[in-house]
Parts: sequence; C-alpha cells; structure tokens
Amino acid sequence: MSVMLSMVALMAFAWSAGRKKDDLSASLATVVKKDSVASVKAFEKVYTVLMSPRCMNCHPSGDVPLQGDDSHLHEMLPQRGKEGKGVFAMKCGNCHQPANSPGLHAPPGNPDWHLPPADMRMVFEGKSAAELAKQLVDPKQNGNKSMKDLIAHADDGLVLWGWKPGEGRSLPPLSHAEFKKAWISWINNGAYAPKK
Amino acid sequence: MIKLNINQKAYEIDADPDMPLLWAIRDLIGLTGTKYGCGVAQCGACVVHVNGEAARSCVTKVSTAAGKQIVTIEGLSENNDHPLQLAWNEVSVPQCGYCHSGQLMSAAVLLKENPHPNDEDIDRAMAGNICRCGTYPRIRKAIHLAAEMQKKEGAIK
Repeated sequence: MSVMLSMVALMAFAWSAGRKKDDLSASLATVVKKDSVASVKAFEKVYTVLMSPRCMNCHPSGDVPLQGDDSHLHEMLPQRGKEGKGVFAMKCGNCHQPANSPGLHAPPGNPDWHLPPADMRMVFEGKSAAELAKQLVDPKQNGNKSMKDLIAHADDGLVLWGWKPGEGRSLPPLSHAEFKKAWISWINNGAYAPKK
Repeated sequence: MIKLNINQKAYEIDADPDMPLLWAIRDLIGLTGTKYGCGVAQCGACVVHVNGEAARSCVTKVSTAAGKQIVTIEGLSENNDHPLQLAWNEVSVPQCGYCHSGQLMSAAVLLKENPHPNDEDIDRAMAGNICRCGTYPRIRKAIHLAAEMQKKEGAIK
C-alpha cells in the first residue's frame, strides 16, 4: 500500500513540475524500488550491527562511554563533554591514539575518536529497532544527515574501525560489506522502521 | 632522526617511530620525573603535556609527538613554583609519590581550562590518575588551594 501511495504522490509531483518523460521514468524506477518489507528486513540486519558493542559502546544512553564486549561503563568514567571529546585531562585523545595501541586491554584508536556531542547524543543503547530506525532518519536526531549523508556514513573512518577493533574485541555480527549492503537496502527501500 | 621539543628545548633522537614517548623522555633524553606505571594508558603515571593536552606518554608514539610542544614535570615551572606544586607541598599530598608527576600534569590541564573547579570537576578531570596510596582527598584539597593561589596571583598581576 505504501509503495502505491508513494508512486501516486511522486507521479503527481512529477507531472505538476512539468518533468520530461525520461525524468519521470527514472523517478518512478526509484520509487518502484521502495519496498517496505525489504526495507524492514534489511534494517533487522543493520540493527544487529548497531547494537553490537563496537557500535553501541560509543552511543551510550548516559554521558560515559561503554567498554568491552559486555558494554560496561568505561573505566575511569570519562565524560562526554560538550563536543563529545571528553573534558579537561580526560579527553578521548589523551589515551586513544590515531591507531589501535598494541596489546590486550590497550586503548583502541582512530584519528577521530569521540562520542556524539552533547547537543546531538544519538543514543543507541536501550533503543528498540523501531526507535532507532526513526531516530536515524530524523535530521534533528541524526546530526542533520540527509539520506545521501547516511549512506556515505557507512564508510566513515570511525564506523570502519568497528571491523578492525584491535586485539581482544569481538567483531560486529556482519562483515562490513554485508552491513553496508543491508544499510543501503534499508535506506533505498524507503528507510522504513520496524513495528517494534 | 626524530625531532622533539621538550620543555622548550629541541632534541633529535635516533629512535623507532613507534617508540613510546615515555621511553624517549626517560631513557633517551634522561628526564626521569615522568613515571612508567601500567604501559597501557590505564593509570596516569606517565602523563605529560603534548600541545597542552594531558597525553599518556606510554601509548603516545614519538612519531605522533614529533613537532609538538611537549612539557614534562621538569618543565611545568621554572622554579618548582607552579601553584599546584606549591599547594602539593603545602598540603603534603604525596605518600610514596610515584604517581604524582602524572597527577600534577593532569591537574595543570584542569586548572588551565577551568581555573575554579568544583569537587565534581576535579573528580572528572582526575579520574584517570590512580594513586595506590589513596591520597585522593589531599589531591582534591591541593587543587582547590592551587586554584585559590592562581586567583590571588591573578589579582596581584
């Protein structure tokens, strides 16, 4: 039903905008690809990755990052800070280097290591699949990202770190390629939220 | 050769780029005030300033620190008279003393960024510096005292 409504709405918009036939065909092709069932199914895969420790640990519900495969509060209780980079002598970059430090329990690293900022907390922890899907596509909650930005975010350096987390840390349940495929499929099929 | 600027002095060292900065500071330069504690950024004994931030020198590579302004406990003040050092003496903060160069360097970043910290600010800033002797109450007291000293110094200037 939603697919039908989308098609009708787009056709009306396209005709009213006086688009050429070819443009309309291209637009319709895009719309026809939208599939709420496929979208939700893809998000189920995406959700398993986003809720894995490698992603969720830096999207905590509080202002202290999580740590480890059991997602416990980060030792030393470092604080998010206004920009998501810590406070005073406890800034993320004081310990987290541009690359993973070698050795078990040594700090993982990335040049851009941080939490979401205080005014855009982008919490994953505790969110249902429905809540998280809606949050991810809401520019007021996703860092003002468009759908195009969201797709590009799959290849963000800090996101990619999740698949090279260093010694002693588990990997997300899907490979990055599988995750990216599901992520794009979710978005291109309409970024529908699951019912629950 | 790797060029380091430590306590406003230029050094050239022949070292592996991956060598921890702590090794270079202690073993190659000979500044032994900075201590080795855990080696994995968990205790804070090795904190030095790198471009004004409280960096853990045990996990900071010399190649990362090259070209940046590094300050060790030896360079915190010219005559051991940084308000924090004076306050540390006044309150007799250390017991064994091993962790205190790191404690002082972290506290210095706190006071630079927040000249009037409350207890919560102090706890948040100092949570990464472990003291096995448990001198935490005296550390907190000395930081408050140093903040007062800075305030009076500022008023005099």
